[in-house]
Amino acid sequence: MKTPKITIDRIKKYLAEGKRFDGRKPEEFRDLEIEFGVSKKAEGSARVKLGNTEVIVGIKMGVSEPYPDSPNKGNLMVTAELLPLSSPRIEAGPPRFPAIELGRVIDRGLRESHFIDFEKLCIEPGKKVWTLFVDIYTINDDGNLLDAGGIGAVAALMNAKIPKYDEENSRVLHDEHSEENVPLTKERPISITGYKVGDKILFDPTREEEDAGETKVTVGISHGIISSMQKGNETDLDTEMFGEMIDMAEKVWQDLVTKIEKFIK
Amino acid sequence: MTEFKRPDGRKIDATRPMKAKVGIVKNADGSALFQFGGTIAIAAVYGPKEMHPRNKRNPAKGTLRCTYNMNSFSVSDRIRPGPSRRSTEISKVTEWSLEPIVMLGDYAGQVVDVHIQIIQADASTRCAGINAAAMALAQAGIPMTDLVSSISIGKLDKQLVVDVDKAEEDWEDGEGATDIALSFVHNNEKLSHIQLDGYITAEQLKEAVELGKQATKKVYELQKEALKNPGKEVSA
Repeated sequence: MKTPKITIDRIKKYLAEGKRFDGRKPEEFRDLEIEFGVSKKAEGSARVKLGNTEVIVGIKMGVSEPYPDSPNKGNLMVTAELLPLSSPRIEAGPPRFPAIELGRVIDRGLRESHFIDFEKLCIEPGKKVWTLFVDIYTINDDGNLLDAGGIGAVAALMNAKIPKYDEENSRVLHDEHSEENVPLTKERPISITGYKVGDKILFDPTREEEDAGETKVTVGISHGIISSMQKGNETDLDTEMFGEMIDMAEKVWQDLVTKIEKFIK
Repeated sequence: MTEFKRPDGRKIDATRPMKAKVGIVKNADGSALFQFGGTIAIAAVYGPKEMHPRNKRNPAKGTLRCTYNMNSFSVSDRIRPGPSRRSTEISKVTEWSLEPIVMLGDYAGQVVDVHIQIIQADASTRCAGINAAAMALAQAGIPMTDLVSSISIGKLDKQLVVDVDKAEEDWEDGEGATDIALSFVHNNEKLSHIQLDGYITAEQLKEAVELGKQATKKVYELQKEALKNPGKEVSA
């Protein structure tokens, strides 16, 4: 099921000449499509397609106690399920590392970027706050699930309405949708992952290209501010290439945000 | 007697608007979507392929293995991701419902995986899942004798109705709600799956099964139409 070595060698050979199988430039993303409200019981939802990669992200909200160290702030929980439905490589069973990493990396990007106004998610300080559950489901894996999931998380949050809350009985009235948006700021924390393939950098890899990647760096970035980062895989990376990756990520962010805003309009 | 009024105004033998589409997961050998109103199920088939773990291999024939899973946000109260007692049982009855039509005699030691995912739930999710799964198996080219079509029959107070939605599942008046999920093999008109919970006489249950048999014929027609037009969404 793994990409054969001969294909990986070919990918590297092409890339050395600045070429990719599908004719894209190294930093060029595949066609992006976003569809909102794809699961109506969710507080908000979005389907994101990057070429043949497809994810669905949904938002649910619940009321719970705040954490002791942030009594006046709402909570965030991001999880990802890498469904066996989405790829012959994914096996059924408890979440394995890639699913955990996907959830955690996107969680940090959202959390640290000031995108969500957590204080406005407080109902009663120290007692009751809203928890945002962001759940990512893979539908078709053709590489770069991380970035697709991150775009989906931002899109689904922007699509979400806070459900009504019956304070007296401490019950969330999920089926009575309000018109109140989740409190979000102008930040657009997009997770962008650069891959080192040979001595080149590429973005938005297909499955085969992702397999050719020796190491990857995911940057959570918004308006030039980096608020999360993770280097993945075992190969080391020189600081020059690392710097180049971040610079490229910043440009990619601009392109992506422009594309995303078109779907939001 | 006055005409029975369903919460959404449907006729007693009417399904919600149905949609079906084949070929929705590119990586899969076969895939399909089936929708009853607000209930959306997708299914993807991978295989036949080698069975792992090895000790699960059946030397006599291939194995059909189904998994049913709900998106955490597909219902009002979020479901914890991962398998539950409920999803484990539904996975198994889905397998049983499809077993009579698949011919895996030539695939000794192999497995055909069917993964069902509920994207949005408004009751009757297992029926939508089975319908999608049967279509996905057909698209994957798995040898089959027939299709399986599934529907839910409800009894609201004393009235039998076709294709139960959530508002009907929660019916409380009179004798309350009885929910019967059933699946038919099309050509020989045999039951391949039935489950029930509620409060119903044997006689009325037989009536319900007959009603279900008729209703699954409409489901079958839509499944067939979708299979003839891969990539196109068809509705009824």
